[in-house]
Amino acid sequence: MLLLAAAFALWLIPSVGMAQEGEQGVRARVLADDSATDEREPVEGVAVRFFDQGGAELGSEVTDAEGIAEIPLPSPGIYQVEIDPATIPEGLSLPNADEVRREANVQAGRFATVIFQLVVGEGDGGARGTDITLRRVLQLSVDGVKLGLFLGMAAIGLSLIFGTTGLVNFAHAELVTWGMLVAYFFNVLGLSSLFGFTAGWPWILNGPVDLISAALMAVLLGGLLGWAADAGVFARLRRRGTGLIAQMVITIGLSILIRYIYLYMFGGTGRFFRSYAGQQAIAIGPIAVTYKDMIAMTVALVALIGVGLTLQLTRAGRAMRAVSDDRDLAESSGIDVQRVIRWVWVAGAALAALGGVLLGQSDVIRWDVGSQILLLLFAGVILGGLGTAYGALVGSILVGLGIQLSTLFLASELRSIGALMLMIVILLIRPQGIMGRKERVG
Amino acid sequence: MPAETADALAGVPHVPGADKPDPILAVEGMSRSFGGLLAVDVEKVSIQRGLITALIGPNGAGKTTFFNLLTGFDAPDAGTATFDGQAVSGMSSHRLAKMGMVRTFQLTKSLTRLSVIENMKLGARDQKGESFLSALVPFIWRYQEEEIEDRAEALLERFQLSHMRDQYAGTLSGGQRKLLEMARALMAEPTLVMLDEPMAGVNPALTQSLLEHVKGLRTEGITVVFVEHDMDVVRDISDWVVVMSEGRVIFEGPPDVISQDPAVIDAYLGAHHDAPLTEEQEEQRIASAEAELAEKEGEVT
Amino acid sequence: MNWGSILEQTISQAFGVNAMVFAMAVIGLNVHFGYTGLLNFGQIGFVALGGYGLGMSITIFGWNPWLGILMGLVYALIFALLLGVPTLRLRGDYLAIVTIAASEVLRILVRSTTLAEWTGGNTGITGFANAFYQFNPFTERVYDFGPFFFTGPNLFILSIGWPLVLLVTFLVWQLMRSPWGRVVKAIREDEDAARALGKNAYWYKMQSLMLGGVIGGLAGILLAIANSTVQPDYFVPVQTFFMWTALILGGVGRVWSPIVGSMLFWGLLTVTDGVLRGFEAEGWVPRWLMNASQVGQIRFMLVGLGLALLMIYRPQGLFGSREEMMLDAR
Repeated sequence: MLLLAAAFALWLIPSVGMAQEGEQGVRARVLADDSATDEREPVEGVAVRFFDQGGAELGSEVTDAEGIAEIPLPSPGIYQVEIDPATIPEGLSLPNADEVRREANVQAGRFATVIFQLVVGEGDGGARGTDITLRRVLQLSVDGVKLGLFLGMAAIGLSLIFGTTGLVNFAHAELVTWGMLVAYFFNVLGLSSLFGFTAGWPWILNGPVDLISAALMAVLLGGLLGWAADAGVFARLRRRGTGLIAQMVITIGLSILIRYIYLYMFGGTGRFFRSYAGQQAIAIGPIAVTYKDMIAMTVALVALIGVGLTLQLTRAGRAMRAVSDDRDLAESSGIDVQRVIRWVWVAGAALAALGGVLLGQSDVIRWDVGSQILLLLFAGVILGGLGTAYGALVGSILVGLGIQLSTLFLASELRSIGALMLMIVILLIRPQGIMGRKERVG
Repeated sequence: MPAETADALAGVPHVPGADKPDPILAVEGMSRSFGGLLAVDVEKVSIQRGLITALIGPNGAGKTTFFNLLTGFDAPDAGTATFDGQAVSGMSSHRLAKMGMVRTFQLTKSLTRLSVIENMKLGARDQKGESFLSALVPFIWRYQEEEIEDRAEALLERFQLSHMRDQYAGTLSGGQRKLLEMARALMAEPTLVMLDEPMAGVNPALTQSLLEHVKGLRTEGITVVFVEHDMDVVRDISDWVVVMSEGRVIFEGPPDVISQDPAVIDAYLGAHHDAPLTEEQEEQRIASAEAELAEKEGEVT
Repeated sequence: MNWGSILEQTISQAFGVNAMVFAMAVIGLNVHFGYTGLLNFGQIGFVALGGYGLGMSITIFGWNPWLGILMGLVYALIFALLLGVPTLRLRGDYLAIVTIAASEVLRILVRSTTLAEWTGGNTGITGFANAFYQFNPFTERVYDFGPFFFTGPNLFILSIGWPLVLLVTFLVWQLMRSPWGRVVKAIREDEDAARALGKNAYWYKMQSLMLGGVIGGLAGILLAIANSTVQPDYFVPVQTFFMWTALILGGVGRVWSPIVGSMLFWGLLTVTDGVLRGFEAEGWVPRWLMNASQVGQIRFMLVGLGLALLMIYRPQGLFGSREEMMLDAR
């Protein structure tokens, strides 16, 4: 008897808070494809609203750890369930904008389940923002600044390479992808997966390592790639007297080559760093930020402050700014321009790689990140002024803000357009950008 | 300065902004600043028709900027200009060229991958075949093209470039390119030719030939304005000199007078150009000219 | 290894629809960059507009098919104007960036669900080609003669498209030999010199942009009819880069280069693809090095590498003269 009672009690306890037997209602379940484990994982924290057939709102819930949000209903019938795309975690989205609101046929005494299947990446649609609330504006602004900081890290190198050599480097975005792929390799696969014999060796030579060590390797190998690009290719082209347009076309060819090598080696699906997928967001005032994003932004800020200090205070940094500003003048004052250019490539690539790591852990790691952000990088650099480092950062932050805030007015599928149109408009009214020099332009 | 042309400017006072009896180009209140720096601030200047006027001044005087403003390659912040009686302030270079003001460039702009004869034919004005729709119907422009080609060949003769007719302009030596640019400018049948440092980078052997061609322009009734650094050239061919310093015109007058003007001497520190050369100095001069020649041979040809 | 089949595929591709569409689009690109020196990296946008203009006019608006062709060309013309007005006064590399950006904006717009009722969204537009195929005399399903292998509809569009390509090549050749062409080439060499001689450089560049753009639009119309569909995912930036590779391969600024370059490009791509797949099927390539699904990716790698190597070692392409290249200050 006691056992029966205990069993009944045990059975009841989990049911507390859930629907009683004999009730009907509608249950929304939000799931996502987790490419790391190839399973469908529940997605927590998504806001769901319920409406009756006439469109009156009946209630709203947030999905729990099982990905479930449900309400009991007084009577059977047709009801509607809508999820709020703004509350979908970073890196996931609805594959089709039409599926934000779905219908449910609720039978008496039963719960109808509506499943929302999310996918990794951007998806096709994404509903346009429903309300322009202060909360949304602040949230999107924070997201925009975050994106801008990460883009800015790559944009600085792009801008300085132009300033010092006159080259528009179409392959720069691939340096960003390099960073995230290298970090992925060390974080998830480990060196020993390639060279079996290094298993058991210390630190990075062994298997998978923590993200910080992986990031370090990304920065180092990023700088190395930048060095190789200048020493192996572009310095030689400059010595030969190859024109800037020819060099630009060469960077285009190389970017295609490199991007498809990435596809070849990494595969087509998006992946995540270990233990960093879909983290829960913390609320800071009206804004929700995930713990990992806060760390990432801090890292970005620290790195950028470091870059700023280097450019202002160190001899090398001042030389870089001098050459970028006026190459002939710098050369005539004794600066070894070719060496400075080499530094710019190394530092620019290392910075871009770090930006890639941060982007990868904030969003998703893919082989074609390069093609997605290249135009955004250009937009940021042109906005800020080709050839300036600080301008590139400011421009990128503005681009990031522009992209995120545009979802207040536009469907999220269209949000890159905002940044690109902004770039075109700036070229119309102030082609040298915010901080650039007019003489460079026409 | 040739005796005939001296008359035209006989009564003109040697002051900046002096009015000329028959000005082809007149400028008033023209200014241009770059980021807070006033590069050009010319109150008044006019150019006499049919004569050769030199525009000189020390480095940084603003001559090149002023030159660019006059020829439409830069827009002034303020000021008016009239060309042949018509207001042209702020007009773009190609429209000025159509009106008859043609300029050359200090770093010669021969169109390297066009042949010499093509370079020349480009210079002609009012070509029917240059309009898109007419271009598709050769019948419309064939005849004019032949006329243009005849004129071009005559000019190439005169400038002694006929033998290079079908070569790419890029294969010409530096001096030949200078000649080509001048000949090409003449194809446009200009009334005013603006020469931007015509002797820059030219080896001394070619200078004389170029000078003769410039004088030839005057004989044809074409007004010439040129920017130049070399005082010997200025003294040789110019009828009138306008001196600039720090953006303003500080002196105007015939070439034999300018070297005595205190304001001009002031502007040029170390004016070793005004006294005639001693034999020693002359030898030194020849030696350095030969060295320059040798250098330029290696660089320009 | 079926070498015969590979050869047949290669030759068919070299004369096939892809090569033909490319040839037309690259004629436009040659006008832009080869003759005028304009850095147009958004040529695929013009191609897209030609195809979408056709498709939208017929399927969405229900207009006459011939009007549809005209609209395709008009869309391309307008795009050229929109691009040219802000950018032709700026440095060349700015034009490069703006043209890519504009083409991408275009692609995102036609792909969007927001505009889907006019542009067909991510599935594109179909149902407009039959108006043209009703004239198709090649009623067999497949035509297999000599080294060629074409479907009936394909043969039809090829028999119209290639003569068009030749006609446009001739027209461009005539233009470039005329005084108009001379001005345009002068602008390529040095814009300032042209201006100093009374030529309105800005307007000539705009005319060139429009001409090359409309030719690109024509390519898009041919493409749309050939595929019986327009789909946004075809019109990605990498296609423009492919066209540039074909242009440089054939030789920039030469009359025949678009045709030869495009045929070579597609021929080389097909033969490498065929050979690699053959090797892989025979088991001559170790599995860890390459599996079957990766062969297509190698194609892209080769294009990228090829483009880079071309620009480094033989920028004058096949038809260009070394001398002319040496004189190129850029």
